[in-house]
Amino acid sequence: MNRMWAIAWKELIQVRRDRLTMAMMVGIPVLQLLLFGYAINTDVRDIATVVYDQDHSAESRGFVRRMQATGFYDLVGPVESYAEIGVALRSRKAMVALVVPPRFGADVEAGRTAHLQLVVDGSDPQVVASATDTAMSLAAARSSTLTVERLERLGLPTSIPSQLIAMQPTTWYNPDLRTAVFIVPGLVGVILTMTMVMFTAMAIARERERGTLEQLIVSPIRRIELTSGKILPYIAVGYLQMTLILIVGSLVFDVPIVGSIQLLYGLSAFFIAANLALGLFFSTLAKTQQQAMQMSFFFLLPNILLSGFMFPWDAMPAPARWLSLVLPLTHYLRVIRGVTLKGSSLFELRYELIWLVGLLTALMVIASLRFRKKLD
Amino acid sequence: MQDPVIVEGLSRCFGDLVAVHDLSFEVHRGEIFGMLGPNGAGKSTTLRMLCGILDPSGGRATVVGFDVGTEPERVKQRIGYMTQRFSLYDDLTVEENLRFYAGIYGLSRRERRARVGDALERSGLAARRNQLSGTLSGGWKQRLALVCATIHEPPLLFLDEPTAGVDPVNRREFWAHIHRIATGGTTVIVTTHYMDEAERCHRLALMSRGTLLDIGSPEEVIERRRIRIALVLSPDVAAAVEVLRQHPAVDEVAPFGDQIRLATLGGIDPVVLAHDLLDGGPGVRDAREIAPNVEDAFVAIVHGEARQEEHG
Repeated sequence: MNRMWAIAWKELIQVRRDRLTMAMMVGIPVLQLLLFGYAINTDVRDIATVVYDQDHSAESRGFVRRMQATGFYDLVGPVESYAEIGVALRSRKAMVALVVPPRFGADVEAGRTAHLQLVVDGSDPQVVASATDTAMSLAAARSSTLTVERLERLGLPTSIPSQLIAMQPTTWYNPDLRTAVFIVPGLVGVILTMTMVMFTAMAIARERERGTLEQLIVSPIRRIELTSGKILPYIAVGYLQMTLILIVGSLVFDVPIVGSIQLLYGLSAFFIAANLALGLFFSTLAKTQQQAMQMSFFFLLPNILLSGFMFPWDAMPAPARWLSLVLPLTHYLRVIRGVTLKGSSLFELRYELIWLVGLLTALMVIASLRFRKKLD
Repeated sequence: MQDPVIVEGLSRCFGDLVAVHDLSFEVHRGEIFGMLGPNGAGKSTTLRMLCGILDPSGGRATVVGFDVGTEPERVKQRIGYMTQRFSLYDDLTVEENLRFYAGIYGLSRRERRARVGDALERSGLAARRNQLSGTLSGGWKQRLALVCATIHEPPLLFLDEPTAGVDPVNRREFWAHIHRIATGGTTVIVTTHYMDEAERCHRLALMSRGTLLDIGSPEEVIERRRIRIALVLSPDVAAAVEVLRQHPAVDEVAPFGDQIRLATLGGIDPVVLAHDLLDGGPGVRDAREIAPNVEDAFVAIVHGEARQEEHG
């Protein structure tokens, strides 16, 4: 135990003296948070829209007004032909075009089906979905209103509801569907994965490069003492980063923490330690600090893609889901999103806890076994 | 009592390269045992095997009573090891380095405080205790590395080329310190390729290309070669060298400034030989015999081996 603390104490002094590492520890989380927080914004608003109105009736102007009122569409101007629509989409002046055919108003008046066309730039699927959904519901709403008006004019009873089946979507846990609320807790996991793995991956490679590793393995220190001693101080560093992200996330992006902070910090220790143990494992494979660094970066990519940070985990094909189970981040994302957004309890997160503890134990054993107290 | 180091047929290969071949020797308690040889002789490899950080390919070694192959961790608690790279943490201060090494040898908080304070005083590093190790000069680094390697007061100390890159004054002080440590009962094994350092050891192992050439006290090693050395002054150095080189009893002729250093084998008097060979030709202005040193002995062995190889 004594010997483990000697290692931990030494690591802490080294981290404190290394200004670049210190700057990275504080700088990386804040910078990444701001970058991701602002850049990954899937909230679709103010889509630039042009209108090709061939009708110029009260009905067509009314529909355009209602479109604008949703806040989804930002009217950037009228156009006078399909060719102009093409130019507008290609030059990215607009992403959506509404085409109102001639006699649109007249058809509506006469009770015939009136057609509207929505042209959408398919190069961004996210925009397509939002733009069409909104326009469809606008059209449906307007149809119901017109139907009711027509029935009234025909003198039929108006006691029948305009919609026989009404679906009322209610969103819990992030009612405004803000991306930041979803992204920021996930970012805690991604940033911790990146920095934690890197710190310990470099820690042993650095000793090897500077020749101090030989002095360590000639001492009677046990492998588990060395690996634990190397991990302990960085758990504190991980907590520091996590706290920083949560504070900035709350101040800048207004991300709430609904659940128990103690539970979140308690479960995070296993995740942080698992990543640190993984870094140590990389460290036993790498000959130089540079190699250790490269391995850390390669490891980051599958984490971002498979963990559910960017793409919905449940939508992934089964093999990808199985693979993602060995990534600590997959389980941690459920923990942190669960606690911060939904107020999940420890019992509700028991499987994630079991996974994290299992991965941590496996990685510690592998790292300790891989680290041989020999030179060759 | 058992010798602290017993080596029996120790070998180590790296792929096809035989770094150490069938080495056997003992080191006695309290002696300074030197391992002398050029780079690549297998000195460091041997030391690393004795420290338990490199597995032997063959043979065995018993260090402080434990087999290094099967119980390396029990060996490690009882030895000190200092490499030529002075494995210090540059970003830790002098005192922090000491405390760290005291810590990984499992010293209690109390022992640690006492020993670190004591070591700082004795080594003269007390005034620099808060200086970062990376900013120390070579001599001070070496001193710090030595106290770090001995902070747990091991009965056996391994020093791998401890004076590499250190100035002559510091080298002398260092050796004085090594002798003080040995007087206290610590056994010291030191590798070097400086011949003058070899002569300060109690016993020596001469090594070349992974094999043991000879072993014994410096005097014994020199004595066994039966070489005699003379410094010869001649008016025509170049011609004299040519003549002397032809004689079968001459082991080596080397010009040293305006003098010739003449080494003879088989106990033949080099002064008489110089006069016999040169008086009729290039001439002898002066010739006097001097005591041979370890370097002469080493060169004589290597030459002897080369001759044997030539003649099958």
